Amino acid sequence: MPAIMEFEKPLQELENKISELRNFAQEKGIDLTNEISILENRAREVKASIYGNLNSWQKVLIARHAERPNTLDYINCLFTDFVELHGDRLFSDDPAVIGGIGRFGGLAVTVLGHLKGKDTKENLARNFGMAHPEGYRKAMRLMKQAEKFKRPVICFIDTPGAYCGMGAEERGQFEAIAKSISVMVTLQVPVISVVIGEGGSGGAIAFGVSDRILMLEHAVYSVISPEGYASILFKDAARCREAAEAMKITAQDLFELGVADKIIPEPAGGAHRNPEIAAKNVGAALAEMLKELLAVPAENLINLRYEKFRAIGGLVSNSI
Amino acid sequence: MVLEFFRKQKYITVQQELEGRDIPEGTWVKCDRCGEILFNKELDKNYKVCKKCGFHFRLNALERIKITVDEGSFNEMDEGLLPVNPFGLPEYEKKLALAREKSGLNEAVVTGEGTVGGFPAILVVMDAEFMMASMGTIVGEKITRAVEAAVRDMKPVIIFSASGGARMQEGIISLMQMPKTVAALARLGDAGLLYISVLTDPTTGGVSASFAALGDIIVAEPGALIGFAGPRVIEQTIRQKLPEGFQRAEFLKQHGFVDLIVHRPQLKETLALLLELHHREEK
Repeated sequence: MPAIMEFEKPLQELENKISELRNFAQEKGIDLTNEISILENRAREVKASIYGNLNSWQKVLIARHAERPNTLDYINCLFTDFVELHGDRLFSDDPAVIGGIGRFGGLAVTVLGHLKGKDTKENLARNFGMAHPEGYRKAMRLMKQAEKFKRPVICFIDTPGAYCGMGAEERGQFEAIAKSISVMVTLQVPVISVVIGEGGSGGAIAFGVSDRILMLEHAVYSVISPEGYASILFKDAARCREAAEAMKITAQDLFELGVADKIIPEPAGGAHRNPEIAAKNVGAALAEMLKELLAVPAENLINLRYEKFRAIGGLVSNSI
Repeated sequence: MVLEFFRKQKYITVQQELEGRDIPEGTWVKCDRCGEILFNKELDKNYKVCKKCGFHFRLNALERIKITVDEGSFNEMDEGLLPVNPFGLPEYEKKLALAREKSGLNEAVVTGEGTVGGFPAILVVMDAEFMMASMGTIVGEKITRAVEAAVRDMKPVIIFSASGGARMQEGIISLMQMPKTVAALARLGDAGLLYISVLTDPTTGGVSASFAALGDIIVAEPGALIGFAGPRVIEQTIRQKLPEGFQRAEFLKQHGFVDLIVHRPQLKETLALLLELHHREEK
């Protein structure tokens, strides 16, 4: 049973009541079918109303849910013969980034992404998916390798942001992110990014310069965390709910803004409630996008990518 | 210069403790580093570098252009582009109005063409007086257009960076200016054209992590703060004080991220020399 979030409690209470009634009916041999079906209808309504009207902050909570499928879950579900490759050849191997080669529908592809842990111990080892420069440099190495062997690249984005520590700064966090963006703008193979959880700022864009940007239904992607926005602009980190609304960070917002190309549906309540269905939906979207992109010659691919990012927010302002 | 029409002459405000004395306001300024009391006119003559300790005061875009570009050669581009408020935030609207009034600029970057020591170049100058020169839609747009103009006219580009990072009020669109500007620079690189990135105090966040880091040659001003995260954010993350000099230009050079540190009085001649070394006579 996945951990329950505050806003799911009314549904949880109804579901508990239904199972209590069922047990009671069975123990006592009483027919409570009518009562149970009334409650079940009610539960369906509550479920639809909760999950159909999630606000931005609730989506942030789902995107950060501890049991939400991570990059490795999608790799295991969608890619066969996955071989993980390690290290940036310069300094070390960053466990906050996973990358390697695998088959997607029979086609060899390079796959990489941020990797959050499933529990505290793993999260400490993987630095909560916050990469150091060596993580981005490993990813760049794998992207250039993919280009050499003409493999498409699939990037999973799931990070609170690039790590803000001393070592990261000493080893040039800014340079690593800038270079990663630079490598991606001219990569001569199709690149698809999927925001599966949190797309946190510079740490996310380092894997986000692609031909198609897909977002899971409850994923978020933003320039700064809602907490950071609230603490800087409202001088009060507790106003993060309000910040989440103002910032336009949901998949639906980004689709409207022309940043996300496609929203991938999640099972009711979020990907963590049925990871297999979530993976299946991601797989279907990837297959569709890959098919489109494999038909485009490499030369056009780079020009189209240029035009794509040139057009985002290229809304010409009023001029005096 | 066209810019001068838009800009009020401005001086740094006099420090509190001086106010008691009988000194006309705006005549003197105290050095942020050594505390030396400096005569404003002298300071301006010395490129806003403290004559006692060498501290480099921040320059606004107009001051930067004045000490860099050959007199009378600068033609501003896209100066009429106004900031956008994509999410219609009323507070942001107010902040923008204030920034425009305070800086005399329409946005946090000035772009144009001019000559430096006789060599033509496209110049991009960020102005920290305008909302800490954060990068939103129009800052990214102006930089991209300037770089595209350089590709079209086959000119080198010099970008003077200064920025607190991406502009939060424009959300994800601000973040998307990072790939947009970098993509334009990739085309500049493909055309075999030179890009000199000059990092000035402070260059952080989405600006350091995009175009500012990608110069063929990266120059920094002494003491400039350069990094991805700001020092306060790092201190909150690691829960300890950062050592003296951390993320300063000298530290960056020592760690291999900056080609050279140039004192401001020598900056123009250095840039002119670099332009000359890359200059190809037209066939």
